[in-house]
Amino acid sequence: MANQQVDQGKRRFLIAATTAVGGVAAAAVAVPFISSMLPSERAKAAGAPVEADISKIESGAMITVEWRGKPVWLINRSQEMMAALVQHDDKLSDPKLEVTTQQPAYCQNASRSIKTNLMVLVGICTHLGCSPSPKLQAGNEMGADWPGGFFCPCHGSRFDLAGRVFKGSPAPINLVVPPHKYINDNLLLIGEDDKGAA
Amino acid sequence: MQKYLTGLLGWVDDRFPLTANWKAHLSEYYAPKNFNFWYFFGSLALLVLVLQIVTGIFLTMNYKPDAELAFASVEYIMRDVSWGWLIRYMHSTGASMFFVVVYLHMFRGLIYGSYRNPRELIWLFGVGIFLALMGEAFFGYLLPWGQMSYWGAQVIINLFTSIPFVGPDISLWLRGDYMVSDATLNRFFAFHVIALPLVLLGLVAAHIIALHEVGSNNPDGVEIKKHKDPETGIPLDGIPFHPYYTVKDIVGVSVFLIVFSAIIFFAPEMGGYFLEANNFIPADPLKTPSHIAPVWYFTPYYSILRAVPPIMNSQFPGVAAMGLSVVIFALLPWLDRSPVKSIRYRGPIYKVWLALFVVSFLILGYLGTEPSNVWGVFDPSTFMVGGADRATVVARIFTVVYFLFFILMPWYTSIDKTKPVPERVTG
Amino acid sequence: MKKVLLLVGLLLPVLAMANESVHLDHALIDPNNQASLQRGARTFVNYCLSCHSAAYMRYNRLKDIGLSDAEIKSNLMFAGEKVGDTMTVTMPKRDAKSWFGATPPDLSVQARAYANGPDWLYSYLRGFYRDDTRPTGWNNTVYDKVAMPHVLWQLQGEQTLKVQKIVDEHGHEVEKHTLVLTKPGVLEPAQYDAMVADLVNYLVFMGEPAKGLRLQLGLIVILFLGLLFIVAYYLKKEFWKDIH
Repeated sequence: MANQQVDQGKRRFLIAATTAVGGVAAAAVAVPFISSMLPSERAKAAGAPVEADISKIESGAMITVEWRGKPVWLINRSQEMMAALVQHDDKLSDPKLEVTTQQPAYCQNASRSIKTNLMVLVGICTHLGCSPSPKLQAGNEMGADWPGGFFCPCHGSRFDLAGRVFKGSPAPINLVVPPHKYINDNLLLIGEDDKGAA
Repeated sequence: MQKYLTGLLGWVDDRFPLTANWKAHLSEYYAPKNFNFWYFFGSLALLVLVLQIVTGIFLTMNYKPDAELAFASVEYIMRDVSWGWLIRYMHSTGASMFFVVVYLHMFRGLIYGSYRNPRELIWLFGVGIFLALMGEAFFGYLLPWGQMSYWGAQVIINLFTSIPFVGPDISLWLRGDYMVSDATLNRFFAFHVIALPLVLLGLVAAHIIALHEVGSNNPDGVEIKKHKDPETGIPLDGIPFHPYYTVKDIVGVSVFLIVFSAIIFFAPEMGGYFLEANNFIPADPLKTPSHIAPVWYFTPYYSILRAVPPIMNSQFPGVAAMGLSVVIFALLPWLDRSPVKSIRYRGPIYKVWLALFVVSFLILGYLGTEPSNVWGVFDPSTFMVGGADRATVVARIFTVVYFLFFILMPWYTSIDKTKPVPERVTG
Repeated sequence: MKKVLLLVGLLLPVLAMANESVHLDHALIDPNNQASLQRGARTFVNYCLSCHSAAYMRYNRLKDIGLSDAEIKSNLMFAGEKVGDTMTVTMPKRDAKSWFGATPPDLSVQARAYANGPDWLYSYLRGFYRDDTRPTGWNNTVYDKVAMPHVLWQLQGEQTLKVQKIVDEHGHEVEKHTLVLTKPGVLEPAQYDAMVADLVNYLVFMGEPAKGLRLQLGLIVILFLGLLFIVAYYLKKEFWKDIH
């Protein structure tokens, strides 16, 4: 065996160098494997922005379109509905939209929308992912003080017509407003805004 | 920090023999110090096995074992899944490289007599690994559901038909249908992704445990355990596997990965040997491609199959010869009667036979990729072979040589003149 | 069951029938020439895509050959599909089979389906000639009795096959086949060849859209592994000083 002195410093350096180069190689190989689990081109194509014609929604009514497999509600709120929206801030968990992740900046306003009357919401409860049922009319089976909104059948979360959650609901935060923009007065594009596709 | 790690290690060692195993298999496993180039291929085979398992898992996430969807799902992986093309090429190239590495590993065993006493069981486990690997490759080849996949499987399953009496029933049972079909694809998928990988892993573990029990052979074919340090009990010609052979194997691995990447990135089809053109056409049960040949690693045995003529209208002799040509490797430990193990100390007769065997293997391998008229026919007036395909006659000659290498081995190894074997390893 | 056995026996000699080689012209294509690929893509959607699908190819993949979403949508898509859709056809497969006697194959990976894909396609698309014995009125020098009619005939014009008996250098009498342009088309022969080359270039691209990235990446990967080899080699050398 070795008679000459072992240069420990040189060994340590070479071990470190090989480990570093090998580690970078291993990490680089991991990247393709991990990214292969992201949505594929097919999933992206299926999840591409969808167009919706809003000219046919009557005042006080809503339609549902599908975007990325999720229901997106387009609600054409009437004058009375808009008036009612500002009267129950004290009953809401987050009336001032302090949780800013739930809507894009351009909807960070009193009506939570671009066009004041037209509300765009992802119809998925922020509690555990059920789709709430529309109870658009004030009063009716929801009780006399119901201002109009959505009621989740799974665990009873309640939201108003701007998708804001009422206090006492299991859902912690407001419904999500997806990125969207108007192509023209009648045509809405959901899933893409001026910043690009979601 | 160091203190805590040592503490943790102690905690584990009280409950699991971690340090003991590390010592037994790496830091205090003493391997002969004279390993050469040929000793890289064992660790490389292990590397390829791991690569195949990992890439296979990720392919399974997007592959669909359904006759209607399989071909499209492979193209989906190649185009729509991000980096899917790389993972697929790694797997398809890995399949061929597995055989390259394993053939070289087996050849190493052959030239240095690594199958001889006391390593017969290591060799038998190895033959088992080789058989499982062939099965794994065969089942996996059906999955892309291209024309070659389909007709290759059709022909190979039909080989079983020639087994007397039970053959047709066996083929039917293997297919689960009257033709290769969705049912066949589905079960081949099950064999490929779970059944055979489990068998392979088990056999590889047995192979390595057996190796570490008796210790590695070496290019001199001498037993290093005969000369131990009287104080430490460590073989005088042995060095710890770790760090000496781990650092050496990293060099081998990096060279291998360069070759592997060159194929993946610049020639994933490898001129039609790794990925065949016909397999880019979806399987069509109504139309056989004009030229079907197995993938290159099966072609020596396929040549033997073709070379043996039907006897009494039965293909069985050919099929039996093909099967025997693979299984006969298992008999090597008992066929070799030479007093020496390594080719370094063998005589000229053995060397000539080994050379003939290698030439036969390569020529049979080449002929298996080509149609049997590749070299034309003998002139009708030629003695004995007039009118026959030249390639078939050549394949027959080399088939005989292939088997004679094994059958005559007890005779020629015992009469061969050997050189004296040194007591200790050289070089 | 004896028949299955026979089939095996028969399949083996079938191998002997392969290899009747057809002369192929070499396709001069440049996968880095985006203008050529774009012209090829246009020819493809105009002439091929009415019958042949490319069901694994997404329109937005054409961004790889330098087109924008808007260009793809306005120049290359005729129905109201989305750019993320694949290149499918509306013609039902069964109709196609009754019209042509064969279902037009999907062309996504066609360029990889022949041992010499680009040359085969290039020769094939230039190899149509008039043959009144065929139901379509067309035959092909590369693919005898092909079911596909000559879709590009207005561009190429009509060719006829001239068969001459000549004596080759070994003294054997052989048939020499030449194609003669008997009725000129809209394009000059050289223009037609260039158009076909562009189309083939596109078909090759479509066969493996990731190929460009694959080739680029390969060099980087190998250089990096070369670095690993160098440090590993010196590491090994350092440790093995202990041994000798």
